[in-house]
Amino acid sequence: MPNMSLEKNKMPSQEPDVRNKNFDEVALGYTAEMAIDEANRCLHCKHRPCVSGCPVQVDIPEFIEEVKNGRFEEAYQIISRSSSLPAVCGRVCPQESQCEQKCVRGIKGEPVAIGRLERFVADYHNANFKDAPVKPASNGHKVAIIGSGPSGLACAGDLAKKGYDVTIYEALHLAGGVLAYGIPEFRLPKSIVQKEIDGLKALGVKVETNVVIGKTISIDELKDEFGYETVFIGSGAGLPKFMNIPGENLNGVYSANEFLTRINLMKAYLGDSKTPIMRPKSAVIVGGGNVAMDAARCAKRLGADVTIVYRRTKEELPARAEEVEHAEEEGIKFAFLNNPVEVIGENGWVKSVKCQQMELSEPDESGRRRPVAVEGAFNEIECDCMIMSIGTSPNPLIKSTTEGLDTQKWGGIIADEETGLTSREGVYAGGDAVTGAATVILAMGAGKAAAKAMDEYMQNRAK
Amino acid sequence: MYKIIQKKALNPTVTLMEVDAPLVARKAEPGQFIILRASEDGERIPLTIAGYDREKGTVTIIFQIVGGATETLNALNEGDFIHDFVGPLGKATETEGLKKVAVVGGGVGCAIAYPVAKKLHDIGVEVHSIVGFRNEDLIILEDEFKAVSDKYVLMTDDGSAGEKGLVTNALEKLIESGEEYDEVITIGPLIMMKFVVGVTKKYNVKTVVSMNPIMVDGTGMCGGCRLTVGGQTKFACVDGPDFDGFEVDFDEAMARSATYKPFEQKAREEACNLLKMEVK
Ligand SMILES: Cc1cc2nc3c(=O)[nH]c(=O)nc-3n(C[C@H](O)[C@H](O)[C@H](O)COP(=O)(O)OP(=O)(O)OC[C@H]3O[C@@H](n4cnc5c(N)ncnc54)[C@H](O)[C@@H]3O)c2cc1C
Ligand SMILES: Cc1cc2nc3c(=O)[nH]c(=O)nc-3n(C[C@H](O)[C@H](O)[C@H](O)COP(=O)(O)OP(=O)(O)OC[C@H]3O[C@@H](n4cnc5c(N)ncnc54)[C@H](O)[C@@H]3O)c2cc1C
Ligand code: SF4
Ligand code: SF4
Ligand code: FES
Repeated sequence: MPNMSLEKNKMPSQEPDVRNKNFDEVALGYTAEMAIDEANRCLHCKHRPCVSGCPVQVDIPEFIEEVKNGRFEEAYQIISRSSSLPAVCGRVCPQESQCEQKCVRGIKGEPVAIGRLERFVADYHNANFKDAPVKPASNGHKVAIIGSGPSGLACAGDLAKKGYDVTIYEALHLAGGVLAYGIPEFRLPKSIVQKEIDGLKALGVKVETNVVIGKTISIDELKDEFGYETVFIGSGAGLPKFMNIPGENLNGVYSANEFLTRINLMKAYLGDSKTPIMRPKSAVIVGGGNVAMDAARCAKRLGADVTIVYRRTKEELPARAEEVEHAEEEGIKFAFLNNPVEVIGENGWVKSVKCQQMELSEPDESGRRRPVAVEGAFNEIECDCMIMSIGTSPNPLIKSTTEGLDTQKWGGIIADEETGLTSREGVYAGGDAVTGAATVILAMGAGKAAAKAMDEYMQNRAK
Repeated sequence: MYKIIQKKALNPTVTLMEVDAPLVARKAEPGQFIILRASEDGERIPLTIAGYDREKGTVTIIFQIVGGATETLNALNEGDFIHDFVGPLGKATETEGLKKVAVVGGGVGCAIAYPVAKKLHDIGVEVHSIVGFRNEDLIILEDEFKAVSDKYVLMTDDGSAGEKGLVTNALEKLIESGEEYDEVITIGPLIMMKFVVGVTKKYNVKTVVSMNPIMVDGTGMCGGCRLTVGGQTKFACVDGPDFDGFEVDFDEAMARSATYKPFEQKAREEACNLLKMEVK
């Protein structure tokens, strides 16, 4: 008999007033009992609507069925068929606009907590199955992966399992991409990311940190001198955007990338870190995506009074619903319908941000309500720190050093949607480097799809 | 891990290290830099490539001990390992078409200027080197500079070696005496470069400055190294570190470089940081 409760099992979490002062994980995860209870809310629908909402088509009803029966490791094996990073995606997928959005239980009441179950299953596996994977026999083909974010990790994993000799080149000193330097510890513990990387190493994947492709080695050298038969570009979209408004280079103005990198990658949140970070009294965060929420919640944890400035309204916030909710609970303020037009300084430091007041227009042909300025209406918000979280684009380094690699005007690498093949033979790409800033699951999916195509290409060539 | 092949103290606060880093050595060009972390929990700091040996696979760095990270680095010895060492980063100094150049270095900036002077010399450019130090104890790379310079002018603040005065005095004197430079390349403390540009603007001699803002990644990812050049925001790590000195907003750069002043050990800073005190 299914559990007909209209609500999801609540996620055990740290209390808002406690967690907004520490960097420990906010959500603590279901117990086995809660997981089974939640799994019983699933109706095992024949037409599997939830699966169509998942970018990598995890066999959701099937894995949940195993959870119902307490067969958690079996559930894990089912998820693993489609996803390389379930412990990560269970935590950070925007489920409300993907799998859970399509769940029939969501028509009346809340959908099944698919993400939380996925996380539970992955954590269960990680805690109970410690055997290192067996390194497969080598097939003699060499593959280079650029970037160690979710796309690169997924691509490397699938190819290594098939016996390819895989090397990941990473520009930073630590692997993981945004999972390591961007998403904070309290949302995604770094030990989980490290575990994924250790798993790849056990499969024989080599991880070369401190190598900037395009500077240290070019793609042509990888192919011609280093003997890599194929190359996958998973270099992400790491170039921060600024607003180009007066005062933006004042002290105290950060890109979210710098702020988060100092905190996460360089561990500046720990008291004894060697990397300095500003501990703001009051911070203004500009933007409304996941990055803005993370920057805001980090600033809060460093002791700041935090305001998120966004030019539309709450309804349009692109961040995951859960992050917005968490941010609000933690005492972060929102100034909607505001658009910064000037940063005002004093002695070289930020003093306040002048914002143009906005309103939403009538919907245009596309149905979108665009923010438009309210003539003459301005607000000034005092702060000593301002963090720009208005988006990122692909870094031009690889494009500018790779002859014949076609890109979009805005910098995205042009790649075939199914295979990831670029305009250069044997060179594939996927993730944020192709799509612009998107999601972990899409990047992971692109890495897997490219791995499949690269395998076919190399096997055909070998014949 | 990157092994330290050779370590040498050039003066009490400036150290040279030759580091085993074949991938960096393969591609290094004068004007580029590396970023290193001395230890596993260390800070990422940028240092200019002072020399390289492609055959041996080594890269030479010369650094001044000014604070925590450079102190940790200096505590390592020959045979020890530097935890992370990435590069070459930034653009190489442009030397094409130059016939006669004045290279103006201040303090540890001379370490950054030397490989550029050497490259210019190697490709047949007439090089006039003007180097400045606070006093004679702090002089570095004297023989090296002399070997690659058609003219070598040494300045000290207190007159304990060479001539007494600032590098700007020497530069102005040379220009006044009729030396015509295609370009002046200057590397040193921000305040010094600002004053050099003050001189060269007067005589309208194109001037390239090497900027050294605070950096984290060195690949264009954090935006921390941004500068205003010609009214536009540039990232020193990928668009530079060399820029047209006439276009750089030095006052903003000086304000930005002080971002972490309160965090850096004040005492240490005041005691050792020649980079800033050199031209006072
Ligand atoms: C703060 C923040 C929060 C986010 N929150 C979420 C969330 O909750 N849910 C979600 O689904 N998504 C979220 N995202 C988006 C998600 O993290 C990205 O879409 C995803 O990581 C993209 O993966 P990727 O593999 O394409 O690239 P990345 O993760 O960006 O990794 C690229 C890697 O390549 C390296 N690299 C770049 N250039 C080179 C080079 N030339 N040579 C060598 N290495 C190079 C980089 O250093 C980096 O490590 C968030 C992003 C940020 C920044
Ligand atoms: C492109 C570039 C090339 C450089 N080349 C050389 C070189 O060849 N030799 C040399 O001695 N120095 C060089 N520097 C400066 C060197 O990076 C700093 O002296 C060093 O980072 C100081 O670190 P610290 O922890 O010892 O000192 P701290 O006490 O942390 O700081 C002392 C001063 O160093 C600067 N600084 C601190 N952290 C950074 C950082 N992450 N990035 C840049 N500057 C910082 C600040 O101005 C600070 O006031 C270069 C800097 C840049 C950007
Ligand atoms: S991978 Fe993401 S979208 Fe797919 S089922 Fe899991 S949580 Fe849902
Ligand atoms: S749609 Fe919802 S109830 Fe139906 S199978 Fe999927 S998760 Fe279960
Ligand atoms: S150092 Fe981060 S962008 Fe230049």
